[in-house]
Amino acid sequence: MKPLTPSRLEKILKLGHVAVTSECGPPRGSDPMAVISKGELIRNHVDAVNITDNQTSMTRMCSLAACIHLKKLGIEPVLQMVTRDRNRIAIQSDILGAASFDINNILCLTGDHQSFGDSAQGQNVHDLDSMQLIQTVRMMRDRGRFLGGDEIKRPPAMFVGAAANPFADPFEIRVPRLAKKVACGVEFIQTQCIYNLEKFELWMEGVRERGLDERVFIMAGMTPMKSVGMAKFMKNRVPGMDVPDEIIKRLAGVPKEHQAQEGLDICIEAIQRLKACKGVSGFHIMAIEWEEKVPEIVERSGLYPRPEV
Amino acid sequence: MIIADKKPIEEIIEEIKGFQRILVLGCNECVTVCEAGGKKEVEVLASLLRMHSIKEGEKKTIDERTLERQCDHEYIEEVRDIIDQYDAVLSLACGVGVQFMAEKYKTTPVLPGVNTCFLGATEQRGVWTERCQACGSCVLAATAGICPISRCAKRVMNGPCGGSTKGKCEINPELDCVWQLIIDRLKALGRLDDYEIVAPIKDWSTERAGGPRKVTREDVQV
Repeated sequence: MKPLTPSRLEKILKLGHVAVTSECGPPRGSDPMAVISKGELIRNHVDAVNITDNQTSMTRMCSLAACIHLKKLGIEPVLQMVTRDRNRIAIQSDILGAASFDINNILCLTGDHQSFGDSAQGQNVHDLDSMQLIQTVRMMRDRGRFLGGDEIKRPPAMFVGAAANPFADPFEIRVPRLAKKVACGVEFIQTQCIYNLEKFELWMEGVRERGLDERVFIMAGMTPMKSVGMAKFMKNRVPGMDVPDEIIKRLAGVPKEHQAQEGLDICIEAIQRLKACKGVSGFHIMAIEWEEKVPEIVERSGLYPRPEV
Repeated sequence: MIIADKKPIEEIIEEIKGFQRILVLGCNECVTVCEAGGKKEVEVLASLLRMHSIKEGEKKTIDERTLERQCDHEYIEEVRDIIDQYDAVLSLACGVGVQFMAEKYKTTPVLPGVNTCFLGATEQRGVWTERCQACGSCVLAATAGICPISRCAKRVMNGPCGGSTKGKCEINPELDCVWQLIIDRLKALGRLDDYEIVAPIKDWSTERAGGPRKVTREDVQV
């Protein structure tokens, strides 16, 4: 498969390497060092770094600006974009802005509802949904046209991604939902954090049965647990998250000061197991406010050094 | 129908502050069905306001009337001969009625007595739920008769989003995930394959985004 964009992530996946991405949450302030220092921690251990877009609906430095800070350091960014806060004019405008800085990856998301964040009384927009955003970027890139039909001078060259949650309900629709995103033109998928490996493997079986793994690169989402408290919070309070009791039991079984290490071990074991899962093309390591552990996870999982492309 | 909810009495008292002669004006349509602004609610509210007025030593005149509809010229005319007796009208109709009254009686203040909420159905006595956002181009044929625009918190056209848990919405565990309902119904209709038809990018110009809307029917005009 020939890469269609200058994206390094696309090259790595198309050359058949196991890709590794991670993410940085931008700060709730304007200090660029908050992004730069996170980027520096992981730059040698990942192929690209996602910048989240006001995740959990908390107001933060914009994803585009944070992506530019990474790009200036020579780190490849993945621009996350939610449809919650922007209409189609703002979305297309931000895509062009990102493309003007040669940002070559985008992750198309609907976004968390604003009631979870610091602006619960605010409006949401949802002019488009995530599938329609995928179609929008593909139209801008492949046909060089805006949604309104006008021609784009220097169309954006973006490798187009989206998320998939194999654990949300109803389960029977999770593979068809991926098929729908593939039909819209998505090229890579980063999944929700995986803790229930059996259920993920079952989902992948359904993905392979329909040959979807041949049409889209699937990167398994991994988040190491810092403590048993975090595991319980993820299980009980985060919608669409599936944390089996064994994980909680295993973390609770070690003294508090060793729980973080146990969490890392669980994460690394999961990556090693999923490396053997046919159709998994890479790993997306979301170490929330724990970026300094990404190198250890990548190295111990046998994913280091990263390939030169 | 249009669903409205009573305004807090404190807010109404604040609204009518400074007016001596007030007409509490109900509406016999939607707000009667949803028990927010019909004849019964007019009686209760007028009594409460009279009691409050006496307690405060204000001696306000508070009269009652309920029209068949406040969104129709014909019925609004029924108060023309008495409107000048009042300093203000406290309308218990929906926002349409309040505005239509204000448009008709240019020098009389018309104040809202209810909060107009949404287009909905009577789920059971005392429970009303939103069913339509009047977007002006109905998608129900594609979604098994269940509306994702009015009933999904993110109005996701190609759902469900990743937050659907046990058939419930991520923003409220008591709220059905509308996409779960759509999928269940598609299945019941033997049309589950239709789930994979991608909903096109919606034209919102027929919705509020296109500015105030107007329906003109030449065939019924006189």
